[in-house]
Amino acid sequence: MPADIVVEAHGLGVTFEADGQRTVALTDVSLAIRAGEFVSLIGPSGCGKTTLLRLIADLEQPGAGRLLVNGTTPEQARLQLAYGYVFQAPALYPWRNVTRNVTLPLEVMGMDRAQRQARAARVLDLVGLTEFRRRFPWQLSGGMQQRVSIARALSFEPGLLLMDEPFGALDEITRDGLTLHLHALWRRTGLTAVFVTHSIPEAVYLSTRIVVMSPRPGRVVEVIDCDLPAERTLDLRDTPAFIAVAHRVREALRAGHSYD
Amino acid sequence: MTRVLPLACVLACVLLIWMAAVVPMNWDQAQALADDGAQWQDVAWATLSLDRPLLPAPHQVAGELIGSIAGWPVTSPRSLVFHAVVTFAAAVVGFVLALALGVALAVGIVHVRTLDRALMPWVIASQAVPVLAIAPMVVVVLGNLGLTGLLPKALIAGWLSFFPITTGMVKGLRSPDPMQRDLMRTYSATPRQEFAKLRWPASMPFLFPGLKVAAPLALVGAIVAELPTGAQAGLGARLLAGSYYGQTLQIWAALFMAAVLAVLAVAAVDLAQAVMLSRRGGRL
Ligand SMILES: Nc1ncnc2c1ncn2[C@@H]1O[C@H](COP(=O)(O)OP(=O)(O)O)[C@@H](O)[C@H]1O
Ligand SMILES: [Mg+2]
Repeated sequence: MPADIVVEAHGLGVTFEADGQRTVALTDVSLAIRAGEFVSLIGPSGCGKTTLLRLIADLEQPGAGRLLVNGTTPEQARLQLAYGYVFQAPALYPWRNVTRNVTLPLEVMGMDRAQRQARAARVLDLVGLTEFRRRFPWQLSGGMQQRVSIARALSFEPGLLLMDEPFGALDEITRDGLTLHLHALWRRTGLTAVFVTHSIPEAVYLSTRIVVMSPRPGRVVEVIDCDLPAERTLDLRDTPAFIAVAHRVREALRAGHSYD
Repeated sequence: MTRVLPLACVLACVLLIWMAAVVPMNWDQAQALADDGAQWQDVAWATLSLDRPLLPAPHQVAGELIGSIAGWPVTSPRSLVFHAVVTFAAAVVGFVLALALGVALAVGIVHVRTLDRALMPWVIASQAVPVLAIAPMVVVVLGNLGLTGLLPKALIAGWLSFFPITTGMVKGLRSPDPMQRDLMRTYSATPRQEFAKLRWPASMPFLFPGLKVAAPLALVGAIVAELPTGAQAGLGARLLAGSYYGQTLQIWAALFMAAVLAVLAVAAVDLAQAVMLSRRGGRL
């Protein structure tokens, strides 16, 4: 296996059992994500995007197939703090202010106080929240809360950032701002990112590759390269190249549906 | 001002009803003591100032309170403050015991699955025991075992007050949502870290309502535990002595003192909560 493969999945399958009902969340998912890529998982809700992300994070166990993260088991990777996870909701601890939310993983790691403060200052600057560092979560807008949550995921400098529809609950204007911001951040840090979304423009704008998934059971329909210029602005969304990629994604999503 | 006014209204209403009840309640006694030719106005007037009234008038209770608080040095057994301190000390120790037991039980119940099934029924059963009814017996038994003074009273107070703390903490320790817990898992946090950094702080908003219920209960427990064995000190002893000798004024003064102590105890819990809140940005 090449050294620069961060996530490698072969024939992954997950089946949930709840109330005697079996749900096949994923079947035969194979995928390889290289270091420095920005990969979006897109598909209708219920197609297993969250489940796939949680498998990589070792929050869920596969029923079938093989999954390697950084060349080791997902559990090993988790124990090495290989990834930062951004949940669908900010999941901030309301009794901690912004800085202390960001330093939470550092406390768990046992980092000393001065170092924690320095790290928090740096990542809060990265997400543009320096002046809000002493605020409490309820004093922030939804978009700011989600930026805190991204800062928290970055604070311990993981090589891999896993994001589950981080902007899903936000209004479109805020979303656009955060999408720009996230792109700039990814370019600056050189992280590998796996990003779950159900927004086509968001996926096209941010990604180097787009994994299109189909619903029930969740499968990979198509993996689309998104070779737009590295330097991206919102205006890019009106260019023919952008529209062409978006069109391919839409077609793939439609193809996924027609299997039903 | 907006808080004082409603409070004053309620107080005025209570005093009016109280005054209105004093006359009929004490009528027979006042009439028996009155001269033969006494007018009904004289009898009514006399109901307000009997020595051992069935229901003392508010000003009589106030007079007794002031007399028994200010009239004696606080170290004297005739001082109401002396008795209040004795009871309050037992209640505070009982409350601290209840806090320790309540939190320990909750931690066990939340973290050890078998304890959830094994302990909870006993905790509930312990609350079905009419502690108030058997407290005198418990105190006597403990006395025979050599436990006298503050400790038996504190044990009763603790027994009576740990339950709301346990239930509040169980709920609080279980309050973190799956996402907040998954977050800890992504950091590979140990169970101990998850407890210290997530479950414990998340439980605090659930602890304080429990403490507010527990504080007056601890006070009731301490007072009840003073009733038997002819305890010489404490509000319970004052109540008992008062009823032996028909000293209704003394009983009512002790009751008011108990109410004041309960208010103080709840205020102390509120203060502790305010301190916690200020460190959390004033919310939750
Ligand atoms: N813990 C679980 N227990 C039972 N079913 C689940 C569980 N998690 C997810 N599922 C089911 O698996 C399917 C995929 O879910 P999910 O991965 O959350 O989809 P997505 O994130 O793409 O919306 C859904 O049908 C969902 O109901
Ligand atoms: Mg999802």
